[in-house]
Amino acid sequence: MPSLILRRFGFAAFTIGFVSIVMFAAVEALPGNVCTSFLQRFAQGPRLERCIEQQGLERPAMVRYGDWVAGAVQGDFGYSLKKRKPINELIWERFRNTALLGGLAALLAIPFAIFLGIAAGVRRDRSLDLSLSGAAMLAMTIPEFVTATALIYVFAIVLQWFPAVTIVSPGAGFMQMLPNIVLPVLVLSAVLVAHIMRMMRASVIDVMASDYVQMARLKGVPERQIIWKHVVPNAMIPALNVIALTVAWLLAGVVVVEKVFNYPGLGTLMIQAIFDRDLPLVQAIALIFSVIYVGVNLAADLAALALDPRLRRKGH
Amino acid sequence: MLKLLATIASKPSGALGLGLTLFHLALALLAPWIAPFDPTAQNADTILLAPNASHLMGTDTLGRDVFSRVVYGGRLAIAVTFTAAVIATLWGGFAGIFFGTVGGRVDEYAMRVVDAFLSMPWLLFLLLIISIGGAGPLTIIPTLGFFYGVAVLRVVRGAAMQLAARDFVTAAKARGEALWPILSREMFPNLSDILLVEGAMRWSWMLLAFSSLSFLGFGATPPTPDWGLMVAQERGLLSTAPWGVFWPCLTLSSLIIGINLLADAVGKALGLDRATAVAV
Repeated sequence: MPSLILRRFGFAAFTIGFVSIVMFAAVEALPGNVCTSFLQRFAQGPRLERCIEQQGLERPAMVRYGDWVAGAVQGDFGYSLKKRKPINELIWERFRNTALLGGLAALLAIPFAIFLGIAAGVRRDRSLDLSLSGAAMLAMTIPEFVTATALIYVFAIVLQWFPAVTIVSPGAGFMQMLPNIVLPVLVLSAVLVAHIMRMMRASVIDVMASDYVQMARLKGVPERQIIWKHVVPNAMIPALNVIALTVAWLLAGVVVVEKVFNYPGLGTLMIQAIFDRDLPLVQAIALIFSVIYVGVNLAADLAALALDPRLRRKGH
Repeated sequence: MLKLLATIASKPSGALGLGLTLFHLALALLAPWIAPFDPTAQNADTILLAPNASHLMGTDTLGRDVFSRVVYGGRLAIAVTFTAAVIATLWGGFAGIFFGTVGGRVDEYAMRVVDAFLSMPWLLFLLLIISIGGAGPLTIIPTLGFFYGVAVLRVVRGAAMQLAARDFVTAAKARGEALWPILSREMFPNLSDILLVEGAMRWSWMLLAFSSLSFLGFGATPPTPDWGLMVAQERGLLSTAPWGVFWPCLTLSSLIIGINLLADAVGKALGLDRATAVAV
């Protein structure tokens, strides 16, 4: 058991290491370097020299990678070219805002989706299931920016209940953020609910067809009890991994949704950094997102391990 | 092939998917003959006109005909994502069949790397690559093809592993056949159905990804008519001129939904159940 947990941690560490190497190597592979790519046609003379010195580009790549990783572990991500500030000063408030957005969406969507998935799976192929599955298909296939635009039109322009874009001063408290955050959270939740619901439904249908559920029926156990005691706990385990995978969706979706609502989070900062060709900042944000993603996957793995004794046996 | 199409069209969702997909392909191919105006021609006299007899869907902020831009708007997205989907299916399919057939250590180590790739948020990676290589199809096609290919690889490898355990493959190995004939004559013909459905499914997700990139400003570049870009450009005037946003949203969504339904219907017609598969 402890060795299994260690192995999961080992794989998570391997993944983060791998991702950081790929991200670092991708920037190294570009023609020129971080400074020439940022300064473009002004990349000459003292300006270029100052930039190279500030970014420490005269050192070999291996040393810079080591420093980058060592710094990141301590929360020091280097120096932004465009904003001329240490990156960690730029990102923490953004990080808090994105975490608030993503956290609220997950908190809202996951229980709701699990409930809907159970309802649809139990009533397989009946009208409730068909309409829920249809709605899920729509939510999954329609791009987030289209859903967001539709919501803005209805709730911000026609009904005028919520603002269309986020207007908060830096350092705004939670209560100030709240009306601004409703629509973005709704958009993200819709995608999350659709994915998790579909998986939960498939999982419930799978378990409903199993021998032990059949046995429980033959014994005369009431249907309600079968569902909540036998079906739901067993159906939860495969769903856990999808919940973790959907977080990837959430992370990708958050960039688009933040952009639509002009929400002051990590996503908008990253897009701005790409337009500014501020590679150190882009790298730092991409790394943070990757670490969150791997962390959530690890948590799901560990939860599955705790819930399912079969996974703890050797050979898994 | 005809029989397959008949099976697909016999169900309402399959017929809808097939219809929407064919409709959009026809629209993209015949755009020069359908569009009444040049989609990039600006006209200061026709700025932000509401839909009328000559401009069926109104005009945008630069006086361009929205109907013409909508008709042209899928061309780049369809071309880019279709190419990327073919690349993803080919390389992911080949590698998946290979690792599934070979098995053992090689497969185990390769899957570690695949899992590592699958466990990073690929859109962020795409954005990182764009910030290095610049926006545009030449960056986006290989990147989309590569990342979605990894997901194809995972699915195909699983199917290939099950197939490799069957008797006819064992018989081919016992006959002393080399690896390549086994891959091409025993494995591939039995996995081509899965490849087709996977490819179609990935295509619809890629359209979603590409239009999102265009919306963010990293896909199509102005003045190219592109649905994602059109929404981004006209979004500021949503309250006064919603037609500039509404139509591209509708056409884009209907194309993605169409391909998705079609892929589902093809899978069902071929006896593959995708109900539990996850969109990665």
